[in-house]
Amino acid sequence: MARDMSDIDILKMELQQLQKEVKNEREPVSKTAKELVDWVEANSAEDILLKGVPEDKNPFKEKGGCIIT
Amino acid sequence: MLRGSSAVAIDNERNKHPSDVIAAASAARARRSGRVGLATASRSTSDPHPAEMATHELHPNDTLTTLKMESENLKAKLEEERAKLHDVELHQVAEKIEALGQFVMKTRRTLKGHGNKVLCMDWCKDKRRIVSSSQDGKVIVWDAFTTNKEHAVTMPCTWVMACAYAPSGCAVACGGLDNKCSVYPLSLDKNENLAAKKKSVAMHTNYLSACSFTNSDMQILTSSGDGTCALWDVESGQLLQSFHGHGADVLCLDLAPSETGNTFVSGGCDKKANVWDMRSGQCIQSFETHESDINSVRYYPSGDAFASGSDDATCRLYDLRADREVAIYSKESIIFGASSVDFSLSGRLLFGGYNDYTINVWDVLKGNRVSILFGHENRVSTLRVSPDGTAFCSGSWDHTLRIWA
Repeated sequence: MARDMSDIDILKMELQQLQKEVKNEREPVSKTAKELVDWVEANSAEDILLKGVPEDKNPFKEKGGCIIT
Repeated sequence: MLRGSSAVAIDNERNKHPSDVIAAASAARARRSGRVGLATASRSTSDPHPAEMATHELHPNDTLTTLKMESENLKAKLEEERAKLHDVELHQVAEKIEALGQFVMKTRRTLKGHGNKVLCMDWCKDKRRIVSSSQDGKVIVWDAFTTNKEHAVTMPCTWVMACAYAPSGCAVACGGLDNKCSVYPLSLDKNENLAAKKKSVAMHTNYLSACSFTNSDMQILTSSGDGTCALWDVESGQLLQSFHGHGADVLCLDLAPSETGNTFVSGGCDKKANVWDMRSGQCIQSFETHESDINSVRYYPSGDAFASGSDDATCRLYDLRADREVAIYSKESIIFGASSVDFSLSGRLLFGGYNDYTINVWDVLKGNRVSILFGHENRVSTLRVSPDGTAFCSGSWDHTLRIWA
């Protein structure tokens, strides 16, 4: 952390960082968002919190008894 | 930028950090005396090719004002470049997929035993053990199936803000106001005094806010109130790499899923989320769209994005390849900060623990809230989904942890 740097030094550091970041390669959201969606769809079946499982298969679910919602 | 005594005053107001006067005073002293011993090697970058140094050559006569202007110009240019590729919204792309139905998620276990606020927790890879740490200085290892406590360690400090389980399951790391990260090997012998085997690994000049083992028990990544993150060798305690770039306390970090390479993301009181290259120490990307402290960051399971939770009462999703924020999860009725976020296994759900005692469940792709979970009687401070995604655990200032499924 720049606690021992002068304000000018910190700004120079920020400038160098920004100059680097401006040159980063980027892809359009239409492409990357689609890939995020595709990834979710491909993995949804195994997502137990999403799909749920029968009571007896999940180790955290109660076995028998009443659950008051 | 937060500096010096003003930072301490703001800390006290925020009430997230300890109001412990002694701690605050020593923190202030640490800040004023500056960093000790952390390498500054990462500052020197390889010289860019002259033709690439497009906009600015750094002359010794540069004044603060010209540099600031240059910085503002570059930030505007960066946003311009990012905006060019913002051709569609995530929720539009997600229109074609089915909406989520009603969720029935309940507290299945309540872990009681901490004497004060629970500040942090982590799952063991065996999907049933949990380590948690508290303001009372205790670190407890639980069996989440049975709710039994398997180990307990008393730290020499209060406010143990960070804890993590080693990948092998054989050790835990923790730290907080002691400014250190210590590793405790877990013994099968319940009578053994764990504190005797403690190994101090990391040394920061301010509180430890988060820690995480990397892919093995051999290295630990830490973040601190001193504004830095650092990578340490557990065996020798040696500093392997330090990460400079945040302008204030770093509050959280998360490692990229191992398949996607050596990066991690950190969030801080400077409202920035930074993505770092672990080997070079360089900041690769930086995002500054939150309006307040970022309390939690978590990678999307594919590694191509990450989510953040902030005191500005929103959670956000950042797409790493598009290099921009692509979703904001917020509602007018949610006015308290989000302290902790995590994804379900597929990345479809984002769980957020909030300071209003609730847990909100968000549809990551469509952007709407699908469920709100009540149960905790004080702030939710920490939340993690289990390694196989069958449940998630939340910890709270109400002294308890809850397992939800």
